Amino acid sequence: MAYFLQQLINGIALGSIYGLIAIGYTMVYGIIGMINFAHGDIFMVGAFIALILFLALISLGVTMIPLALLIVLVLAMLLTAVWGWTVERLAYRPLRESFRLAPLITAIGMSIVLQNFVQVAQGARVKPLQPVVTGGYTLFEESGFTVTLSNIQILIVVTTLVLMTVFWLIITRTALGRAQRACEQDRLMASLSGVNVDRTISLTFVLGASLAAVAGLLYLLYYGVIDFYIGFIAGIKAFTAAVFGGIGSLPGAMLGGLVIGLIETFWSAYFTIEYKDVAAFSMLAIVLIFFPTGLLGRPEVEKV
Amino acid sequence: MAERSTSLGQRLGPALLDSALAAIIAFALFSLLLGLRTVDNVTGLTLQPRPVLLAVAVGIVFFGRLLLNLFVWHAEYPLTVPFAKLFSRAPFERRDLMVLGGTALAAAIALAASFIFGSAGVELVAASVLAFLGVGIVRRAIVQFFPDLPYARIFTIGGIAFAVLFPICAYLLDKAFGLGLHLRYMFDLSILVLTYVMLGWGLNIVVGLAGLLDLGYVAFYAVGAYTFALLATHFGLGFWICLPIAGAAAALWGVILGFPVLRLRGDYLAIVTLAFGEIVRIVLLNWTEVTNGPNGISGIPNPTFFGLPFTVRGDVTFAGFFGIKYDPLQGMIFLYYVILALAFLTNFVTLKLRRLPIGRAWEALREDQIACKSLGINTTITKLTAFAIGAMFGGLAGSFFATRQGFISPESFTFIESAIILAIVVLGGMGSQLGVAIAAVVMVGGFEALRHTEGLQSIFGHGFDPALYRMLLFGIAMVGIMVWRPRGLIGTRSPTIVLDEARPIDADLVREGRA
Repeated sequence: MAYFLQQLINGIALGSIYGLIAIGYTMVYGIIGMINFAHGDIFMVGAFIALILFLALISLGVTMIPLALLIVLVLAMLLTAVWGWTVERLAYRPLRESFRLAPLITAIGMSIVLQNFVQVAQGARVKPLQPVVTGGYTLFEESGFTVTLSNIQILIVVTTLVLMTVFWLIITRTALGRAQRACEQDRLMASLSGVNVDRTISLTFVLGASLAAVAGLLYLLYYGVIDFYIGFIAGIKAFTAAVFGGIGSLPGAMLGGLVIGLIETFWSAYFTIEYKDVAAFSMLAIVLIFFPTGLLGRPEVEKV
Repeated sequence: MAERSTSLGQRLGPALLDSALAAIIAFALFSLLLGLRTVDNVTGLTLQPRPVLLAVAVGIVFFGRLLLNLFVWHAEYPLTVPFAKLFSRAPFERRDLMVLGGTALAAAIALAASFIFGSAGVELVAASVLAFLGVGIVRRAIVQFFPDLPYARIFTIGGIAFAVLFPICAYLLDKAFGLGLHLRYMFDLSILVLTYVMLGWGLNIVVGLAGLLDLGYVAFYAVGAYTFALLATHFGLGFWICLPIAGAAAALWGVILGFPVLRLRGDYLAIVTLAFGEIVRIVLLNWTEVTNGPNGISGIPNPTFFGLPFTVRGDVTFAGFFGIKYDPLQGMIFLYYVILALAFLTNFVTLKLRRLPIGRAWEALREDQIACKSLGINTTITKLTAFAIGAMFGGLAGSFFATRQGFISPESFTFIESAIILAIVVLGGMGSQLGVAIAAVVMVGGFEALRHTEGLQSIFGHGFDPALYRMLLFGIAMVGIMVWRPRGLIGTRSPTIVLDEARPIDADLVREGRA
């Protein structure tokens, strides 16, 4: 029981990170109907930006951890958002009227570019960061096994919940959110009623990238090591989460993220850790084949 | 878009503003990732500032964008026009010739100066510019004087003739005159190129003809390679017996993996095939009892020439049977012809299938799935055959890969490999056989060329390792070419049959099969 509870806590923390990345996939797919294959690598870029910011703050002598965290969070969100915007502007916007698979192919190209750019600029080796957020609470003890809830896990879940609420308000209450939902339904009609479609799509990428940056920061704090390759696997898992929750649905992405995080954690805990990625990938195939609309999604009607 | 301003002075203001904005964005992008480098230290990671590199990167963005703004994008006469004209049939104007002549003169002067002052970097750039102009002028001259030749056919026949004759001619010439060519290296590289040509043609059936984006093609390549490797090392079977078995195994896997994804379309299909490709790789990596895990399988035998091995010793060897002197290159030349034959087989089957009902059904499926269904085409069977046949050729190429390397491990079958094959198909113009072959030559050749350029080192300093930048350049090329020419670099495969113009259907047309 204690072991199970511990895995549940770990799974929720991991799932929150997947959920934050999944929101980027789900928003982009909802609005322009493409898999932003490079989104996982945007998450990786966000993690690297956060790492470099931490190191810079340490060398500048900022030792107050809450302040440092806040600065890193805001700057990483801003700078990663610029990356998201640039990727959209360079690789996807010119192909908006092209055939359906063209942006997917440039997205794969962009993913390769981002990975190798970071590898060339920062080196291929694993980058460690000394623990920033330490400590935690011992919940209870059962037959020699202690269940702990670490501060970083609390931070991950709280940050995710706060950001989810903020983004939920943005989508449902603001003009930008309305424009987004309008573009999602009918891009031509939206532009006829005065919505700037290009700008809305750009902002979607900016929002998705800034959430991916938060995920990158939390990943860095949670695991303490990153390398240029983390985006690939995490991206695919987050995409699975987005589909599982129902593509285009914000709460769905979060729910899907939690489910994927829990499946992965329990699989590693009770079965073989080598095959945990196989579990996630099989999950993706099963979900896409049998529930393509996901848990909270709407069925996609194919029009001639 | 605003009115096109004509004078350079009027454009300068907006151009400067736009370039400055681009430079600010570039600074935001690169400031941390390029301007500061994380370095391993005794105490952990530390940062090492690289202001010069950052300044160079931002400067390139600023001035590059400024030049494009002034002379290409909004200019009344974009400076790229004369270069584009070299590769078209449009008539030249006086100013076109002036631009081309000026470029050639500048490049020639730079080349001469680099010889005197000894700068290999400038030499490389100037020589490339001159080579580019030379190719363009020769091409233009031929087109100008012989406008009606069937160029595609000449190119195809010439290419085939070259591919068939190249190793024998190179070998004999080298032996006869003692040229000292790097034959081993040349054959190795051409075998590699042909392997990618074959893989490209195989994937082309799935992506180019049937329009199903398969991101896990490397899985079938792996299945073919491991099937042969396991049969050969455990049961001592030879290459020629295993080749059809490997092809059949890969085709079977094509059906097994293809079946669940039948209902999916477009992006979803792509991502599931990617997942399958990764699953196959992870299983190969972890199923140690069978695949020997990350250590791979070694000692895979080479193919024999109708039972005659290419070895020094043995009862009956190739060299001994024909009474010629043993040379390790004979085995390589044989391997070359094996992969050439396999590639031709792939191409031949594709061309034949395209004329059969199944090939027509693939193309119909690519163009419009719903229309296809409405016409009574069984989309399930159509998709599955595309998957199976594409997978079969992947498997054949895989067992060739295993026999050539003599060693395989899961490391050779990563997602990047799938992406490279896909890039070859896409950049060649999806569905065009000639385009795919040219794209394979350019991509693999270009990769290889990057490994040997001392000129690049003299530009970027001695610590510069061009191999590191291969994948980065590959990704940039993939994005750039796709944005610039979404239908492929070389050409595109339009449907095999189209109605040229509306006309009444009469008996003659029906007999020709055009109506």
